[in-house]
Formats: sequence, structure tokens, C-alpha cells
Amino acid sequence: MADKRNTTIEVDYLARVEGEGNMFIEIKDGELQELRFGIHEPPRFFEAFLKDRKFTEAPDITARICGICPVAYQMSSVHAMEDALQAQITPWIREMRRFFYCGEHIQSHILHAYLLHAPDFLGYESSIHMAADFPKEVEHGLQLKKVGNEIMEIIGGRAVHPINIRVGGFYKAPTRKQMRDIIPVLEKAREMARESCKWVATLPFPDFDRDYTYVCVHHPDEYAFSEGNIVSNKGLNIPASAFNDTFEEIHVEHSNALHCRFRDGGGCYHMGPLARIVNNFDQLPDDSKALADEIGLTRNVMNPFKSILARALETYYCTGEALRIAKEYELPEQPYIDLDVKAGIGHAMTEAPRGGLYHRYRIDDEGLIKEAQLTIPTSQNQAMIEDDLRDFVPKFMHLSDDKLQWHCEQAIRNYDPCISCATHFLNLTVKRS
Amino acid sequence: MADKPKLAIWKFSSCDGCQLTLLDCEDELLSVVGAVDVAYFVEASRETKPGPYDVSLVEGSITTPHEAELIQQVRKDSKFLVSIGACATGGGIQALKNYADVSDYINTVYATPEYISTLDKATPISDHVQVDFELRGCPIDKGQLLEVVNALLYNRRPNIPTHSVCIECKRRFTPCVMVRGIPCLGPVTQAGCGAICPAHERGCYGCFGPMETPNAASLGQWLLDKGMISEGDLVRLFRTFNSDAPAFRDASIHFEKEVQRDG
Repeated sequence: MADKRNTTIEVDYLARVEGEGNMFIEIKDGELQELRFGIHEPPRFFEAFLKDRKFTEAPDITARICGICPVAYQMSSVHAMEDALQAQITPWIREMRRFFYCGEHIQSHILHAYLLHAPDFLGYESSIHMAADFPKEVEHGLQLKKVGNEIMEIIGGRAVHPINIRVGGFYKAPTRKQMRDIIPVLEKAREMARESCKWVATLPFPDFDRDYTYVCVHHPDEYAFSEGNIVSNKGLNIPASAFNDTFEEIHVEHSNALHCRFRDGGGCYHMGPLARIVNNFDQLPDDSKALADEIGLTRNVMNPFKSILARALETYYCTGEALRIAKEYELPEQPYIDLDVKAGIGHAMTEAPRGGLYHRYRIDDEGLIKEAQLTIPTSQNQAMIEDDLRDFVPKFMHLSDDKLQWHCEQAIRNYDPCISCATHFLNLTVKRS
Repeated sequence: MADKPKLAIWKFSSCDGCQLTLLDCEDELLSVVGAVDVAYFVEASRETKPGPYDVSLVEGSITTPHEAELIQQVRKDSKFLVSIGACATGGGIQALKNYADVSDYINTVYATPEYISTLDKATPISDHVQVDFELRGCPIDKGQLLEVVNALLYNRRPNIPTHSVCIECKRRFTPCVMVRGIPCLGPVTQAGCGAICPAHERGCYGCFGPMETPNAASLGQWLLDKGMISEGDLVRLFRTFNSDAPAFRDASIHFEKEVQRDG
């Protein structure tokens, strides 16, 4: 047991996260003194330069916040704009947005699980190092990731910053042939995703359970991506329009990203795949539920290191959902709805792979954006990441500095933090004085 | 191992999408990392090796005092420096702040502005150091990235066309969208994306930046004369992801003056 050690662990530029983050941990006489998880990604001021842009530009501009989850930005922005214009999309558009989101969840989850997070569990510096000993697993990961990208290319035109998304729908519908040709690819991907769940379940998970308030979008009839109320496992149930009445963003000195918490003193909250599994377990189809049981992912999972299991399971779910949509595909009369431009305020929260992404816009009667608010999953999770580390460090103080640092980095990566997003975020420092 | 060229990947102000494009080369990734020594790639690996590097791929634009210093060091440590993507080659979306008062921006986004350190302007890498090759796009194209890496491995010039998007439309038999009254920046935008926007029945929005010798003002005037676009929308069209690339910057300023004169 450790000792009355004095040490500082300082990581200036955290690896294997999207963007630039840092960590600072100071331990004095064997006690945790100070801990900060910060974001030093340069601020990019999106909310400011959205002002006086046309409402139609929001999906293309906000996509540029993040190259890893541009679909989430496009989905939250179009839903919020349609809310402002009180426009109703067609069932075809709704279905194709689900298909689109399946692609991004597969791509982003596999990128994180295989290329960024799995190396932590197995003690490799990177997936490139890991590939030498686990060639089949890395190869499977890359192939699954590619399927995610193929889905986004079919409906979005390209995988990074898709071009086929407009407020009110899509510019062009995919052809029947495109949707037919993806069916065998998805059938194969589904088997790979099942194998991948089983492999991820064999990883060693630190014994670390917490009592989380899990927040996500919930829909009674389906595993929610884009529509539904914001709920928690502790009884919260509000429409997206009540977001600002329920949550607040605060600006702390050590980070270029804003921190989020409940306004009522409820503290910080946890978003992302674990929150969705816990809050939306009943909406999973039977085969996904059975696979969850098989890999030990329960509906009350509280170990943040098991987020990689949740990502693997959601990947499996998404291959099945995309397959269903591809098989039922029919061409629409028109892939978008016509819009009447008028002044209004619109809200939406949709589920990015790493958690809920809230957009709010006020537009004028010419369709110009007058106010924009983008509250992103990583800033919402940022306070919880620090909270996890504050709990984790004292429990794992017996580890050497190197090992403690690595485990703390892994604990941060549990959240798949997307720092490019968060600045509208990360840099790790451990100090034992 | 010692003979493999050392590759470094750097990130400045950006969305990570161009780095991701390298990881998106799923079929080629393991061959690429087999052919080079990935010495610095923080997004993918905890292990970082010190310079000098044979090739540096640089993503992002320069927006903070720290970045302005770091790029000088990256140049010194790199034999060959390639800037990748619209942020690195044309300022990126964050260069929109060049048209505004930054203190207004900080006040809009952050409750405690004194915590924020930023430069007045977001600028391309070539404004700061000598760049050996620029790869365009928001995001860059996977095939073009592989071509650049391949060319550098074999010590030849990358084969990246500098003609307009129009040529790509012709090659894929896409009928011109302007025939149907849809405004398009294809005639003044560099090829490389595969002309995907016109193929999806929308106009090109210029994410690959200006082509070689574009006449952006002439295209803009023609779109206005044909009644395809309003002056305000035209300014916005030139002012997106390459707004600090000279041809698009000058055109947007030119038409902004028209708006002010008419307004």
C-alpha cells in the first residue's frame, strides 16, 4: 500500500483522443491534492460565426466542428432547424437518418474501441503495436470501420463531412442498387460485430463501479438516436426544449471547453453508450439483448471501463438496424420536404456516438441565424471524467507512477472524449510533490 | 527498421477529419504503417519519437501564439512538410474570425473571456513557414493522400491535378447543375473530391479551395446576373472553409462591398 509518496503526474498532450487534452495529478504524503482534466484545443468560436449565416448552412458548417462525428452535428442541426420551422419530415427521411446514424456509430465506435481504447487494456502504445500480436482482431476492426464508412458514403456522399444532408431531408436518394449491394456487406459485418463483442468481453476490466446519473435521449418504440425526450436513470424526463432549464454550462480556468451540470445541484452526469444501454435496454431487439447477456453487459452496468463493451454491442445493434433498413428500402417521391421560412426558435438533442449533442438556434424571418448554442457530449462529460479520476486515483494509488498515469489516461478514454468538438477541449499532468 | 522514412502527423486548429482520413484508409493502413516509421501521431499512439522527421503531414491552421511557435519547430525538424486540408492550406472555417472582431467572438462563446488565449487571425501554414506541398480539401481525399505518401516514398512529385471540379463532372457524366439554376462554385474550385456535390444534385460549395488561376469575381457576377443567387448568399458561399485562400477571400470582400453599396 502506498506509502506517503509525493509525486506529480503531468500529461501535456493526451494520446489516442480526438484533439488536444491534458491531465494534471498532484499527490502529497500519499493523498490526492489536486486533479485537473483540461482541454487546450484552440478555441474555434463556432457559435459566433454561425450568426448571420443562412439556416440552410448549419449542417455543412457545424459538421466541421468534428471530423469524427460530423453526422451527429448534421443530425442535431437539421432537427433543431426543423423544430424552429415547425416542419414535419416524412417516414422515409426519418428512416434514412437512422441508416445514416448507424454508419457513424459503427465507424466512430470501432475507431475508438479498436484503434484508441483496446490497446490500453492490453498494454500497447497503439493499435499499430497491437496489430503485431492481434492481427486478426485489428483486421476485423478495420473491416467493420470500413462498413460504417460505406453506409455514410451511400447516403452522405462521403464519410467525413458528408454533403448530401439538408434541412428537411437529403439532396438525393440512394439508388436501389446501392442499397441492395450493401446487404451482403452488412450480413458479413453483423457476424464480425458479434465476434468483436465476444473478443472485447475477454479484456481485463479494472474493478471500479460508480453510482452514475446516466442521461440520454429515449424513445418508447425504438433504440433512440434522434427523436425523443431527454431522460435519466434517476427519473429525469424532459423535452429537448427544457435543456437550458435543467442543465447549465460553466467556464473553468483550466479548460477551453465548458463544463456542464444539473442546475438543481444534482451535480455532473454521464452520457454516451453506457447511458444509452442502461436507459434504453428495453428498446434493444431480442438478439442484441441476448448478446448483451452473453458478454456480461447488464442493464445496470456502472463500470466506466465497460464502455468499450457498450460500444461493441451498439455496433452489433447498428449492423442489424442498417440491414433492416437496407432490406426494406424503397425510393421516395422526393428525398426532402419543402420548407416555409419563418422566424422561430428550435431545439434538438440527438445521440452522437459519445453522447447527447444539443443544438439550439434562433432564426429570423429571412432564415438568418441570430443565435446558436451547441452543447457537445465531451463538455457534458468533462466534469464526470474529473469526478471518475478523483475516485480512481486514491483507489489505485499503489500503482507505480507510470502505471497510474496509463490507467488514468485509460479512464479518460472511457468517455471517447472528442476534444476537437469540445472547444468550441484535453492536456494530462500527475504531480506527487 | 532504421531505413524506413520517419513520418510525423501534426495537428493545429482543426476538426481532426484530415488525420482521420489516414485511419480511414482501412485497406491500406497496415501497408502504409509497414512502409514508414510512424514516429509522431498522437491521435493514434502514446509513443512519440523525437525528430528529425523525413515527412511531416500538418493538419490545421495557426490560431494561437503557441501554435505560431510550434510550427517553426515542426519546420526545422522536417525534411519535407506537407500541409493537409482546408484549415492548413486556406485557414479553415475558423478563419471566419478574420472578418470579425475576435473579442466579440470570445464574449459570445465564453462566459469568462480572460481565460482564453487566441490570435486575431486564423492563417494557413504557408503564411508562417515554407511548405513543400499542399493537399487540398475539407476533408482531404483518401486517394489523394495515399498518392502523396506514395510519391514521397518513391521520391517523385505527387500527381495531384489543379484543374477545376467541372472536369470531374464531365468525366463522370454529371449534367451541369447550373443548367437547372443551381449556383455552383465548380468552375473556380480545385478538383479532387470527385465532383460529389453536383452528382448529388447540389452546387459545389468550394471545400477544395480555389483552382489554379480562377476567376472567382467573374463567376460571382455571372451568378448574380443570371439571378441564381443573392449578393448576401454569394458572399457567404465564398466565405466558408477556405475563406483565407486569396481568390475566395478577394471575391467575398468584393461582393460584400456590393452588398454594402446596395444596402
